[in-house]
Amino acid sequence: MNPDWTKRIKILTPIAETGHCGLFLVRMLGSIRLERGLLISTLQQTYLIGARSLVIIMICGFFVGMVLSLQSINALQQFGASDQVSLLVGKSLFRELGPVLTALLFAGRAGTSIAAEIGLMKATSQIEAMQLMAIDPVQRIALPRFLAGLISLPLLTAMFNAFAILGAVMFSIGVMGLDPGIFWSKLQTGIYFGKDFMGGVWKSVVFGGLVSLIAVYFGYYAKPTGEGVGTATTRTVVMSSVLVLIFDFIMTSFLI
Amino acid sequence: MDKNLKDPIIRIQNVSFQRDDKVILDDVSMEIQRGSIVAIMGPSGVGKTTILRLISGQLQPSSGSIEVNGNEVSAMTRRQLYDCRRDIGVLLQNGALFTDLTVFENIATPLREHTDLPEKAIRERVSAKLESVGLLGTEELMPHSLSGGMARRVALARAVILNPKIVLFDEPMTGLDPIAMSTVSSLIRETNDQLGLTSVIVTHNVNQMKKLVDHCYILAAAKLIAQGSPEELMRSQEPAVDQFMNGRVDGPISFKYQNDRNNTAASLSET
Repeated sequence: MNPDWTKRIKILTPIAETGHCGLFLVRMLGSIRLERGLLISTLQQTYLIGARSLVIIMICGFFVGMVLSLQSINALQQFGASDQVSLLVGKSLFRELGPVLTALLFAGRAGTSIAAEIGLMKATSQIEAMQLMAIDPVQRIALPRFLAGLISLPLLTAMFNAFAILGAVMFSIGVMGLDPGIFWSKLQTGIYFGKDFMGGVWKSVVFGGLVSLIAVYFGYYAKPTGEGVGTATTRTVVMSSVLVLIFDFIMTSFLI
Repeated sequence: MDKNLKDPIIRIQNVSFQRDDKVILDDVSMEIQRGSIVAIMGPSGVGKTTILRLISGQLQPSSGSIEVNGNEVSAMTRRQLYDCRRDIGVLLQNGALFTDLTVFENIATPLREHTDLPEKAIRERVSAKLESVGLLGTEELMPHSLSGGMARRVALARAVILNPKIVLFDEPMTGLDPIAMSTVSSLIRETNDQLGLTSVIVTHNVNQMKKLVDHCYILAAAKLIAQGSPEELMRSQEPAVDQFMNGRVDGPISFKYQNDRNNTAASLSET
């Protein structure tokens, strides 16, 4: 996978692999053809990896919203400012927790299944069979999954945020008895469309590309054995989680 | 096959192949005649599959040349290689059917990919091929519900759906029961003769090959040690050939580790 000389100098290996992954991305994007087949397979994959992740995303979002409001009310009460809870919950959700937590969940739920699926196709020579039929597996297998991830994650983030707000509403208004009018008006006036909302959307687009790129890359270059597929899935989760958090900091420092 | 002797469709000249420091093939030359069924035999891990991968352009030889249909394979760009592969059907070990597609979609994949045929024509051609392998009516089954022999026949139908000139078989009989073996074997002969193909079979199953093929190549320890018709080889006095053809333990072919070069799949370069 890497040129020989990089294996000897350990520190260069991740750099070479990053470059290799970048070339893979270029090759994948270069194989885009505007045709019906790509549209259909991308939609299929969006259903498989996006729609099938919905339930877990909604449940997690709901509980994150509840715990956020529980913590915020608890802290804000000390200053007699518990009516600001929707502002605090909304800002932290839209800017940080929504995109980041959804991306981490997505890496665990969809990233692993992409990597394992492609790795298994490789282990059972299906990828090789495609190449021998003069079908480019990067175009047919990797590209639709990558695009589907890119589309799915922002949509899933929106669902996560919506359910988190719902959780916050249920807890603050339903359990803690806060005034619904204040809750909603603080949320409406305090959250800015450009900085707070769109900032989160950009993040989720980048995370979506990142996680699905890592998943298809590790799956595609998995060793064609059972162990190789296992390694590929593990590395997908670990690498995408780490990189999501690193990219989160980098993007935040530009977007804030 | 003698009548076609001057018309090789695959010409392998002085090919050597090395991976790291291991010599997998050493100065191998073959001329595979148009219309014939040829077997490449030898003990496991001797580089038989490597030859198929060299012919299909998945691997590049360290030295020597491989011509398919008069074109040098190693000099091709990826685009040219993909064009060239439309004339080559491949049946991989265990068939390598796409597990997420039905039997029909599996066989239709090359047609959808490389032709503009309307759906009706695709349906007709797939049905015709399925009938020729005796599996009409299995269209909507998924690969996991097929037996080993059926999966192999579906894969054969998929390999020849584009009417290629050459079909490469990688261990087509492995893991099949005797009846399925004979079925696949006679299908290979039928399709080869009906469609005017050239078939190259990599195998270590001597008994099936004796009945099926026109010409045999035997590899041992990275070298081509013998070639000829199955009858000639069965009568051969050459110790290594005799050992292999008759499956004897003692002989010049050693089964110790140094001859075990069984790692081609692991680090296949991607093309």
